[in-house]
Amino acid sequence: MTIFNLAIELAYWQQTIIRSVLGLVAVLLPAGTLVYLYLFKMMSFMQSRLGPMEAGPYGSLQLLAEVGKFLQKEDLFPKAADRVVFKAAPFVVLASTFLLVLVLPAGPDAWFINIDTGVFLALAVSSISVIGILMAGWGSASKYSLIGGLRAAGQLVAYELPLVLAVMGVVIQAGTLNVQEIVFAQANGEIFGWGGIGNPFIITQFLGFMIFLVAIQAELTQPPFDMPVAESEIVTGYLTEYTGMRFLLFFIGEFATAGIFSALAATFFLGGWYIPGLDPTDNLFNLIGPLVLVGKMLLVSFLIFWFRFTYPRFREDQLQQLAWKVLVPLSLVNIVATGILKVAF
Amino acid sequence: MASFFLSQIQGLDRLTSDEVLVAQNVFFALIALVMIFAALRMVTTENIVHAALYLVIVLAGAAGMFILLGAEFVAVTQILVYIGAIIVLFLFGIMLTKGSFGTEEGEFRERNQMAVLVGVLIVAVTSGSFIDSFRDAELSREAPSTTAEIGDTIFGQFIIPFEAISVLLLAALIGSVVIARRDL
Repeated sequence: MTIFNLAIELAYWQQTIIRSVLGLVAVLLPAGTLVYLYLFKMMSFMQSRLGPMEAGPYGSLQLLAEVGKFLQKEDLFPKAADRVVFKAAPFVVLASTFLLVLVLPAGPDAWFINIDTGVFLALAVSSISVIGILMAGWGSASKYSLIGGLRAAGQLVAYELPLVLAVMGVVIQAGTLNVQEIVFAQANGEIFGWGGIGNPFIITQFLGFMIFLVAIQAELTQPPFDMPVAESEIVTGYLTEYTGMRFLLFFIGEFATAGIFSALAATFFLGGWYIPGLDPTDNLFNLIGPLVLVGKMLLVSFLIFWFRFTYPRFREDQLQQLAWKVLVPLSLVNIVATGILKVAF
Repeated sequence: MASFFLSQIQGLDRLTSDEVLVAQNVFFALIALVMIFAALRMVTTENIVHAALYLVIVLAGAAGMFILLGAEFVAVTQILVYIGAIIVLFLFGIMLTKGSFGTEEGEFRERNQMAVLVGVLIVAVTSGSFIDSFRDAELSREAPSTTAEIGDTIFGQFIIPFEAISVLLLAALIGSVVIARRDL
């Protein structure tokens, strides 16, 4: 990480410690930002109210108050629950989130891991959370939880496919599975010989971007895809029996994953940490890259939360039909078209 | 003690072929112990959901082994296919069909002897054939094949078997739909 090599050379284990701490920050910071900015404030403004105003100036300390409230609550277990599975479930979901953040590069040298299978790894570890959700649904020993868990798992499995296939267009165009090299491919790209803004893949892969957005909306079980936690039918699905700290862990997991998926979308389609006009290997990007990435992440997650607050809930069969009969065929068409154009040009 | 391990880890890039990779061996031992424990618990537990979850630990351990060997593509495939898809299908199937919580005492007792027999046979045949084929072979310390090389090999040299497997899987998929939907 050159960003820290400016002053001193660091040993491998020191770099590892710094990367671990920064990984924690990269998970928690977007989660907190999204909850305050969008869930508390933007949703309130859209509904003609002010949202939290009491804790701190403009309600800015509301998050701390919420965390404090959750931490004080008693750690309750349902009588029939399978305690070990019930306790472990939120950690499995969080583990998936923490593994997902690893593939995100935030600058030419500011990365957690830089491997050739980056995209593949991201899509693989995002599927681990399904196991955590099934564990929560089954371990709670309640019928609402079980139905919610099964709904969630069915939905996540169905939308994993368009998620993967939508990214394939980007991978074909960049010619690599390495996330860092996808960023470089966009930074060094040219639009018909004009390299003024690089070649952000949203221009050529707009269909892929739309499919990716819909798929991450469903993967996050956010409205209009929130049947797994549909409060009017099954209380809150697999979350029904969770209180206090464990509920908070699920909550952090959901919003952190929202942030990371948005950052991944920004990396695949909007050029990641790169801004046009500068040399992508410039050391400056190790400092401003993370900020650029957060900015683009906020842009993409604005879209996600905008859809969330706007549309009513789908029915279960409509959800499955959208995945299998619309998104999967569309993304296959996108892959074939991208492949043909890649060979033609 | 700690400084000894640190010097070993920092010295990894200067290894020659007759030195031992200490960190790699330590992690191999740790993962192997966890895998053995989880595998034993998986076949002895009375609770079928617990068995599936122990299987997750075993498969994750296998993925860790692949990473230790530097085969990241195989490791990621292991996670995507086995943990992300097959185990999820197992859990899905169990939860949709069982619908009950808690342990099922002795449900699989009667098939124990058969299972032991099959297990011993599998271990004997696979370990025998592995030892026979790789008796004196030594793995190179060079980086194993990269993702790009694997892709080139699958879609170049092995394109016919690859397509054959695709057609086979498609046939299986259509067959399962036909069996499940008798009204078609």
